Amino acid sequence: MAISFTVNDTPVSVEAEGDTPLLWVLREDLALTGTKFGCGVAACGACSVHVDGKLVRSCSLPVSDVAGRAITTIEGLKSADGTLHAVQQAWIAAQVPQCGYCQSGQIMAATALIKAVGRPNEAQIDAAMTNLCRCGTYPRIRKAILAATGQAVYAAASATMGEGAA
Amino acid sequence: MADNPTPHLAEDTANTPAKPKRKGVKRRAFLVGGALLVGGGAFGLYLAENSTRSRAKALTETDGAHNFLTWMKIAEDDTVTVYSPHIDFGQGTHTALGQMLADELDADWAKVVVEQAPADSAFANTALVKGFMAELSGMPGVVNALPAAVIGMLTRSQNLQITGGSSAVRFTGQAGMRVVGAAVRLALIEEAAARMKVPASELVAANSTISHPATNRSLRYGELAQGAAKRSLTSSPKLKDPKDFKLIGAGLPRADIPSKVDGSAIYGIDFALPDMRVATIAAAPVRGGKLVSVDEAPAMAIKGVEQVVKLDDAVIVVAKGYWQAAKGLAALSPEFSDGGHAGMSTAAIYAAQDELRTSAKPSNTAGSGDVDAAFKAAGNKLITANYRVPFLHHAMMEPFAITGHFKDGKLHLWGGLQDPLGARDRAAKAAGLKMDDVVFHPMIMGGGFGRRFPGVTEILDQIALLAKQLPFPVKLIWSREEEVRHGTYRPQSSAALSAVLGADGKIAAWRSDYVQGDNAEAEAGFIYDVPATSRRHFEYTSNQIDGPWRSVNSTQIGFYNESFMDELAAAAGEDPYRFRRKHLPAGSRYVAVLDEVAARAAWDSALPDGHRRGIAIVESFGTIVAEVVEVMMLPDGRPKVLKAFAVVDCGTVVNPLNAEAQIAGGLIMGLSAAMGEAITLEKGAVVESNFTDYPLITLADAPAEVDVHFINSGAKMGGIGEPGVPPASPALANAIAAASGKRIRTLPIMAQITA
Ligand code: FES
Ligand code: FES
Repeated sequence: MAISFTVNDTPVSVEAEGDTPLLWVLREDLALTGTKFGCGVAACGACSVHVDGKLVRSCSLPVSDVAGRAITTIEGLKSADGTLHAVQQAWIAAQVPQCGYCQSGQIMAATALIKAVGRPNEAQIDAAMTNLCRCGTYPRIRKAILAATGQAVYAAASATMGEGAA
Repeated sequence: MADNPTPHLAEDTANTPAKPKRKGVKRRAFLVGGALLVGGGAFGLYLAENSTRSRAKALTETDGAHNFLTWMKIAEDDTVTVYSPHIDFGQGTHTALGQMLADELDADWAKVVVEQAPADSAFANTALVKGFMAELSGMPGVVNALPAAVIGMLTRSQNLQITGGSSAVRFTGQAGMRVVGAAVRLALIEEAAARMKVPASELVAANSTISHPATNRSLRYGELAQGAAKRSLTSSPKLKDPKDFKLIGAGLPRADIPSKVDGSAIYGIDFALPDMRVATIAAAPVRGGKLVSVDEAPAMAIKGVEQVVKLDDAVIVVAKGYWQAAKGLAALSPEFSDGGHAGMSTAAIYAAQDELRTSAKPSNTAGSGDVDAAFKAAGNKLITANYRVPFLHHAMMEPFAITGHFKDGKLHLWGGLQDPLGARDRAAKAAGLKMDDVVFHPMIMGGGFGRRFPGVTEILDQIALLAKQLPFPVKLIWSREEEVRHGTYRPQSSAALSAVLGADGKIAAWRSDYVQGDNAEAEAGFIYDVPATSRRHFEYTSNQIDGPWRSVNSTQIGFYNESFMDELAAAAGEDPYRFRRKHLPAGSRYVAVLDEVAARAAWDSALPDGHRRGIAIVESFGTIVAEVVEVMMLPDGRPKVLKAFAVVDCGTVVNPLNAEAQIAGGLIMGLSAAMGEAITLEKGAVVESNFTDYPLITLADAPAEVDVHFINSGAKMGGIGEPGVPPASPALANAIAAASGKRIRTLPIMAQITA
């Protein structure tokens, strides 16, 4: 069946079985591969997108449920002139990604949190940021969220060098 | 600097080595892949190596750019391209290798590009094989005495293009990148001296320019490249004194990061071709089992499903897209045999290991001194403890996905693996093709942690067999369930430790009897000064395939030794930090690392009620890491990690920003495994299926900050990707013991707390 909705402000219509998860429609039908597959059961957050501004794990959302709604993916976060979202900029400044595979989802979760609460405190970050990262980038994710919302954070790099450092 | 993970691939030339030229061999030295070759006496070798060189040139040389053997080229616009034989999956390897070469070259960092070397034997990594041989044989003298050319040949014959063992920077970087950078710099200076007609000694190299201050003239590297590329390179250039490093030691940002925050990075799972189909697979639930039968009809009835393909031990559904394939697979009820492993279970494995330890002879014994005599000596106090650790899943966030296309007799593969050359070899064997007929296109990887070595990646066999029988390209994706259930896990292992304390409160003798597949001695040695030790390995293998899991054997051995050190300290009535310290060689790097972590964690300072610290120190991959974690016990009995500290001596730090991320990430992965991770077996099959029952640590449970500190001792360079992991689990168990009195001897911790 044909299902219509908007993705990153562009209207789209896809021919898909209604039970197909939004994730696979984005990745395979619309070639938006920034949204990742990690578990398929809403347990990791790699597939996070915004549906009408709300954070959703797209692997577990049937595409029939998004008819007429507005989807934002990682590809749609930057502004029309190509300027990265403040959260994306903070992510680069803090050098958050390692393998990077979970990071689209992490950024979608962080932007949704900031949209919802403005300047999240540590407890709000703990509660909202439930996406998994096997590379263990959590301390830098925390730091980048605080930096993106103008909150004091630790020194730029917490690595320190001993005597004889080059 | 820019990072371009997609190599230029000249597919046809990739597989047809240029004919070596016979004439004109002068007595000159060439660097080929870091190896010195001298003409004349080594004529045959020279020719072989020369063909390698031409082949590498053919693969990478473009108009107006000049190749310096297989490692780098300089373009006329000054761009320096460095070819990394290692895969970068987020450890910052490419950046670090580029920094090492560019520093010695005195290149302008803004004009340095690091590219993935093509998956071709011309780029096999000589420096790596030398490093590993030295380390693993324990006889560096013998390896160093071998002619470099022989090692080069050996490397190529073994197709080594591996990323793992924390090898990139310490072997390839030190023995390869720095030497090449320095040698090419000298060739550029020679060329400039000839052109300016001045002595080389009057020239200064900086920022990709050679200048002659006396006459105020200068030439850019791009202008000199063509001439310099024709000059001989010395194999033993003088390397920089560390005090002159400009790029090595600098926290330079990674070039791949912008593409990983806007969704533009293309991973193996993202790759697509026109007309491509997507497939997914279910292999026999019991490893070693075979596919007995399957009725294809239920899958074929699903819209979008095109084909069901049977392999010896698995069934594959090919469809228009992943969802259709997954639905088709779920509709099937394949029957698999159990390969005779139905009796295999987690409990049965531990029982068999206990039995082996008490009734069998060890397969290997390391250590010295008379342990038995010390154990019997009057007045000595005996302490014993048994430890167990489970199988661990790698849990790379990107599930396996490889695209294959068999066309005109060639099998093309696109995916992320830690050893592209090994991947070609394995796929060729599976498909019954010659290695030259397999072209591997390396893609970005969403994590690896030891899971993506061709030796343990059966997906290569699966995609090779599948693609070979389909007329169109096909991407095979493993579901997370397939990942979890068909891993090549860190082995389930157990150990009985015993030691006697002498009247002086010091350890008089130590014995550890550990049971698992591998002898861990070469990797995870014993760092303490104890007069008599016996470390006995009892070999046991289950139906599972043991795979290298980040830091390999050092996680379990580190957990055993460092938990037991705390138990001994308690028995001796001593502080765990001071007890360790007095068993480490005075003035050693170990003591410096341990003292530093105690100082940074303010080890002796008072903590709030219920908060306690734990400490551990492990040396792995040539790097010494000590960690302290501070925990608080929550009302439900769970530990909450509040703070973590790591002090690292890896000799020299190339990029502190990346190194910090690697150590902190390793520490967090170690905590994650210790807290909740376990693969368990029942009736020969894996019980867990997804992150729902294989829980990874979350942001809320990880320490908010990991304080990482490097000691630049200048010692031989050690690894950085793996050594952060091993001390984490014992430091956590030690902190829990201090906080709650409960000694965790079996991992994971949550299973013990909720039990
Ligand atoms: S893929 Fe959707 S939550 Fe993991
Ligand atoms: S950066 Fe690798 S999983 Fe998060």
